Amino acid sequence: MIIKQRCGIITRMVKEEVKVMHRILEKETLASGIKAMIIEAPLVARKVKPGQFIILRIHEKGERIPLTVAQFNPEKGTVRIVFQEVGKTTEHLGTLKPGDTLRDFIGPLGLPMEINLHGGRVVCIAGGAVPIFLEAKAYKKAGNEVLTILGARTQELIILEKEMREVSDKVYITTDDGTYGIKGFVTEALKRIIAEGSNVSEVFAVGPIPMMKAVSEITRPYGIKTLVSLNSIMVDGTGMCGTCRVTVGGNMKFTCVDGPTFDGHQVDFDELALRQKRFLAQEKLSLELFRGKCKKEAVVESRRPTKES
Amino acid sequence: MEGNKKTVRMRGERQPMPEQGPRERIRNFNEVALGYSEEQAILEAQRCLNCKRPSCIAGCPVEIDIPAFIKAISDKNFLEAIRVIREKNDLPAICGRVCPQETQCEKVCVLAKKGSPVAIGRLERFAADWKAQAEIPIRHKISPNGIAVAVVGSGPGGLICAADLAKMGYQVTIFEALHAPGGVLRYGIPEFRLPKSILQREVKNVESLGVEIRIGMVIGKTLTVPELFSQGYRAVFIATGAGAPNFLGIPGENLNGIYSANEFLTRVNLMNAYQFPEYDTPIRVDKRVAVMGGGNVAMDSARTALRLGAEEVSLIYRRSEAEMPARQEEVQHAREEGIIFHILSNPLRFLSDNQGWVQAMECIRMELGEPDQSGRRRPVPISGSEFIMEVDTVIIAIGTSANPIIAHSTPGLKINGRGYIIVDPKTGQTSLPGVYAGGDIVTGAATVIEAMGAGKISARAIDRHLR
Repeated sequence: MIIKQRCGIITRMVKEEVKVMHRILEKETLASGIKAMIIEAPLVARKVKPGQFIILRIHEKGERIPLTVAQFNPEKGTVRIVFQEVGKTTEHLGTLKPGDTLRDFIGPLGLPMEINLHGGRVVCIAGGAVPIFLEAKAYKKAGNEVLTILGARTQELIILEKEMREVSDKVYITTDDGTYGIKGFVTEALKRIIAEGSNVSEVFAVGPIPMMKAVSEITRPYGIKTLVSLNSIMVDGTGMCGTCRVTVGGNMKFTCVDGPTFDGHQVDFDELALRQKRFLAQEKLSLELFRGKCKKEAVVESRRPTKES
Repeated sequence: MEGNKKTVRMRGERQPMPEQGPRERIRNFNEVALGYSEEQAILEAQRCLNCKRPSCIAGCPVEIDIPAFIKAISDKNFLEAIRVIREKNDLPAICGRVCPQETQCEKVCVLAKKGSPVAIGRLERFAADWKAQAEIPIRHKISPNGIAVAVVGSGPGGLICAADLAKMGYQVTIFEALHAPGGVLRYGIPEFRLPKSILQREVKNVESLGVEIRIGMVIGKTLTVPELFSQGYRAVFIATGAGAPNFLGIPGENLNGIYSANEFLTRVNLMNAYQFPEYDTPIRVDKRVAVMGGGNVAMDSARTALRLGAEEVSLIYRRSEAEMPARQEEVQHAREEGIIFHILSNPLRFLSDNQGWVQAMECIRMELGEPDQSGRRRPVPISGSEFIMEVDTVIIAIGTSANPIIAHSTPGLKINGRGYIIVDPKTGQTSLPGVYAGGDIVTGAATVIEAMGAGKISARAIDRHLR
């Protein structure tokens, strides 16, 4: 017997969430292979704080991937994500269009970043296609001077520059090929900032593992507190499986529930780098198969109304 | 048994369970046990002595009227049998498959003294499966009372609590963190032991009582327990399971190729990694697999590894087989399938190849000393007995700890030193009014049926609290 009668006391918020299929509202190409999307996700938008992430799944047979929340709007109930097409799921995601829906969009997950610094000077570093807008903004809001370094291989791949200028006192650009800003890695700019004698109180760095490691090594001799946000492989993202485990200060931590932000001076980056390679062969196969098959078909599949299992 | 007056009714030994043969089944994920035929079920049911003062009911954490449903089966009244079961248990097809009957109802069966108790679990499964085949809906009379109750977690404890509350007239919403309902029944127990289609059927039964299941809702993150109250829920039952996997804490544990059992089984069961690349989530199992542990999860992991193509699967357990917490049937099935048991052995460290993958492990032999707090004899290392085992995949199945998400996000919720929620065992009541908890998040890792027992207790307590 199915009870049709519904309890009126429950506010509409939760009810609405059930119907929301996590629609893609907007899509933007930021650079070649780097895209941003605005997703309808009212509950996530209401709760998310800087430093947190979501887990999404495109379709019923899809994998769960974590993505940092780039921006959010609690009034509109939307969350912005930024992603680089590096594997099957992100490439597939990149083929979706406004109006398409995601099967799951779960969060906010991880611990929010705690900003205890006020009136200091912070260097926020983004290496590649990673969003650090929320964190930089939070540092700014807490009364800090924010120096931002955006690094990429080449000028075309520098993203979110305009947004970052809004929340930064100064923005440094670095490109590996020197087509824009300082020639070299983000560490070049960081070294310069430190060499200029400016008192850096804290560094926040997100990007590829070698970059976060290099940044941490630069700041270590100066004793500058350095926070990094790790992008470990995850499955559930709620502390259940331990695949995202990482060694921090000699202890085992789970990136999903203990992080994703950790003290960069304590993280075993070498171990993390090896762990990120665990499924390389499978990831490659998955991507090849995806590219091999008709992309239209894949898009249709993801659009198909998904049944509750 | 000869000479007993009642042997006339016992008609010999317990009916064997039809099964897929070991050689065949290690190549597929289909269910191992195939279930009784009607004939077998009736013969087995006729073995029941129908004791005047049955002890089996007290052996069942959810108090099923066991003699009554068995009597119904022996009378060929299968519908009545399932009706009797469903009075107490809305997940009979699951319990019939995964309950450790040998330590519960079957342990206290009078015939157990003679070594061969009535196969209560198999009969429960038969009745549940028969009903599904016959497609006869069981109707519960429900008069909705309009009171909303939230259940956190759709594992066995949450499902049964929700079902019982729904039958009492409450409007129940289950919040599930993952993208599919079932909790450990979904991510933990493999297809070959509990097919997903069976789980789905049982979940549907619960939903047909009016229970709503919201997936992808991480309580403590997406919404908190206090927010559930402000949204109009009048009581909350927390049944989130134990959650966080334990590791050994020995060198080399983060090498590639080493999984927690939770990760290994979640990839395979929840994410269907065994159907990669049709499904996106990968799993990697090489030739020589070692599973640490001696519980059901260790058996499930070992047998899953075999089905994923491992050439040799070893089980490393620090006590002897007598102390293994796994169900007898699982141990027996694992042995039949060729799992190698290294009992009285304990890992010391994992050794790496030059690319960060596990290559071998060093173990030490153990002997049993004096009984410890658990009443089991404590394993003690034998010095100088270290040995090296070559392995390329390791699965650590040594239990779980409390997941911190709910405790951290619920002010005033009292937890013990290990992070488990403190409750009154008679009601499941926590330190917060209107908040109840049960199952692994209270007791630490236990069984499906114990979680269900806790769910039933809290359903009754919530009803008393709200009336």
